[in-house]
This record gives sequence, C-alpha cells and structure tokens, in this order.
Amino acid sequence: MTPQAPATRDIDAVAIGASAGGVEVLSVLLSALPASCRASFFIVMHIPRERPSLLADVFNARCALPVREAEDKEPVQPGTVYFAPPDYHLLLDRGPALALSSDEPVHFSRPSIDVLFDSAADVYGERLLGLILTGANQDGAEGLAAVGRAGGRTVVQEPGGAAVPFLPEAALQVGPVDFVLPLAQLQELFATWGTR
Amino acid sequence: MTSTAFDIELPLLLEAVYRKYHYDFRGYAAASLKRRLTQAMDRFGCQTLSQLQDRLLHEAALFPALLDFLTVQVSEMFRDPAYFRALREKVVPLLRTYPSLKVWVAGCSTGEEVYSMAILLQEEGLLERSLIYATDINAGALERAQAGIYDAARIGGFTENHRKSGARSSLSDYYTAAYGKAVFDKSLKTNIVFADHSLSTDSAFSEVQLVSCRNVLIYFDRQLQDRVLGLFSDSLCRKGFLGLGAKESLRFSSHSYAFSDFAPGDKIFQKEAS
Repeated sequence: MTPQAPATRDIDAVAIGASAGGVEVLSVLLSALPASCRASFFIVMHIPRERPSLLADVFNARCALPVREAEDKEPVQPGTVYFAPPDYHLLLDRGPALALSSDEPVHFSRPSIDVLFDSAADVYGERLLGLILTGANQDGAEGLAAVGRAGGRTVVQEPGGAAVPFLPEAALQVGPVDFVLPLAQLQELFATWGTR
Repeated sequence: MTSTAFDIELPLLLEAVYRKYHYDFRGYAAASLKRRLTQAMDRFGCQTLSQLQDRLLHEAALFPALLDFLTVQVSEMFRDPAYFRALREKVVPLLRTYPSLKVWVAGCSTGEEVYSMAILLQEEGLLERSLIYATDINAGALERAQAGIYDAARIGGFTENHRKSGARSSLSDYYTAAYGKAVFDKSLKTNIVFADHSLSTDSAFSEVQLVSCRNVLIYFDRQLQDRVLGLFSDSLCRKGFLGLGAKESLRFSSHSYAFSDFAPGDKIFQKEAS
C-alpha cells in the first residue's frame, strides 16, 4: 500500500456514494472487505424508484460482512454494510442510528448522497471516511465537502478510470479532497481495512 | 462522537417553539429536523440556531414560515401504487360490509393522499357512504389540501401511479385543467373533513375503519411513534385497518401486539385486540 492512501484504523464509518456504473465498482470493493472489518458502511446508489431493491441481496452474497437495506431507527452495527432503500433518503442520527426520510429529492435524487454525507459528517466527524465513486450526477460533491469540513477523510475514485467521471470530477471541483485513487488502489484499501 | 453547539441548541429551540406557539416537535427525529432547520437558517439569514430561536421568540410573523420548513411534505397522488392496489383488492371488500365508513388520513399535508383515497373510494362505489378525516398540524398545508389544486406538470406522474393502482376510471375524470393547474372536483370534497389535529398532543376523535398514515412516522422518534400508534389503535374499530409507509413498521412499538400483518409487504395492518 502506498502512503497516498488513508489510514483506516481510526475510521468507524464509511459513507459511499455512486450512481451510473456503481454496481460494478461496489462489487469489487465490497467483496474485498475482510470479515474482521469493524467499520460500518452506508451506501447511497442512485437506483430507479418503485422497484424493490435487490442491491442488498446481491451484495450480501459477495461480501464477508452482512449487507442489509437500511431500516428506520435501526441502531448502527459495526462491521455491517447498509444500503439506502429506493425512494427514501438515508440519514445518520445520534446513537448512532439510521433514519429514513421522505423529504424532497436533492439534485433530483432520493436517496441523495449529499443528504447521507451531511448527516453522517455530523454524527461521526473525524471518524468518518467519505468515498465518491463513478456517477453521472453532481449529487454527492457538496456532501463530500461537508465530510471534510467535519474533519473526516475524503476520497474520490480517479475520474479517468471511472465508468462515468462526472460525479468524481464534480467532487474534485468542490473539493478539497484528501485522496484520489484508482479502483485497484481502492480495492487494496478495502482488502486491508482496519490493519493500517 | 462529537456533541456540537447545534445539538445543544436544537432541544432549546424546540422547547421555545412549544412554549410560545404550542406546536410540539420535541418528539421529532433529530436527523431530518436538523436538515430542515439548516435550510430554515439559510432562508432567514441566521448563522446559528440560537439566532433563529431569538427571532422566533420575538417575531411571531416568522413562525408560519418555519412551520412550512418543519412540516410540509410534498407527496404525490397514489404514491406507491402497490399500496393502493392492496387497499382496493384486499381491504375494500371488507370495508363494503360496513353500512357507513370513516377513514382517517393522518398527517395529510397538501392533500395528495386524501384525494387519492377519495378517488379510490369513488371508484369502488364507497365514497357516498364514507367520511374522510384529513388532518394535519399545518394550517397553510390544510388550506392547500382543501383547495385541491396541483401543478399540471405533476399530473403525468399522478396518472401513471393511479393507473398502476388498479384504476377503474381515468384520473382526468376527476380534475379540470386550466392555466397550468389541475383543479380536483368539488364533489370529491363533499365527504372530506379537513381539520387541524396534532399527532403529538391531541387525542383520538372518532371511531374509524381505516387509518392511512404514510411517511409520517419516520419523522418521529420511537417514543412519539409509540404514542401515535396508540392513538390509531384507540381510533380503530375492532378489525379496522392501518396503512403505513413502505419503510415504516410496528416492530419497535408496544402496540404491535394489537395488530396483525394483514397484507404483508404492503404495510397494511389489522387491529386485533381492543
């Protein structure tokens, strides 16, 4: 691992945002996570509404950690991956606990990456890592900046290697971003999670 | 876990609002409140929640605008068509057995859900013998609900939802379009009572056969959720029905024993014990 990657030992929570092309990237990253990982992962993927989401089921089979669709008021468990349900915002609340909302879409998106990142930054502060992956919408760029302002680590997938570079580029523009990493290095980061 | 100034200011502001305006948001879930109050601070040019509290205490004119930030939920007609389809196919046959019907749409905001319910009952030939209570705490939202006027641009989505709900008629039978607005038919309103009612502080007011309260409970903390589910349980007749939002459940409630899961997956529950 190069020194140009964030230390993960002091990270309690990871907020991840992706849209177009995200399933493939998440597939690589989540299947790399070791079973010993104690961080909690919160993921907003832009997906069509009104369709029961299969994301949690699909990834549960490929991940050493339990993968679930987030439920309202559920206490956050360590070593667990939560997906935002379709057509609801996912937020973090004190506890920490999960919270859902039906508020208006942000950047045409519900769930919105900005909403997740803002609230997670409030709750976790410097113990949060925000990660922006491939995507075709600017939702997430402002949220990542909020993670940085709260003292958390900010990471963006290298736009050149992303299936759709628009979202990573938007995040870099709003900035500042601590680490810009290609997928291979993100995969290594996830594979060694908690060891460094 | 950091405790910010905002975390300290939030309960103080809610207490101030309660004492001055008698609106009780103290049992609302913090995460969504925080987001909405941050938007309100931007709008009113306040740097901190304490500044907003100061203005709220001394400028009564500000409160109605704040109330919109805290309460207005823009919904759509026939949101989650599967819910309305389940009402139609599974609940309506039982509702038919009552000589007269009372339905409570709790937290109706600007009325989309109320008109959806009225149209469904009309299509099923039940509206004439039904009374729909449409309640909310926001007087401005209730006025808009009562007006029944929506942007024509939203009608396409409403129509699609309505169709998927197992519609027996065309949505266009129920509104008149003019000047970019769709005005819903007055006849739908004959059997609707719009009323101010707070789920936080008011009590049950009538016995009803169906309560529909969707995407309201997620804004409440567990304690308030429990109070509200108790209200619904008190309001429902034996074997009456409770419809909740797609991501809401009775799981954490002390009232869960009083209900059975009537339409699993569609979030329709039936009151068992009394």
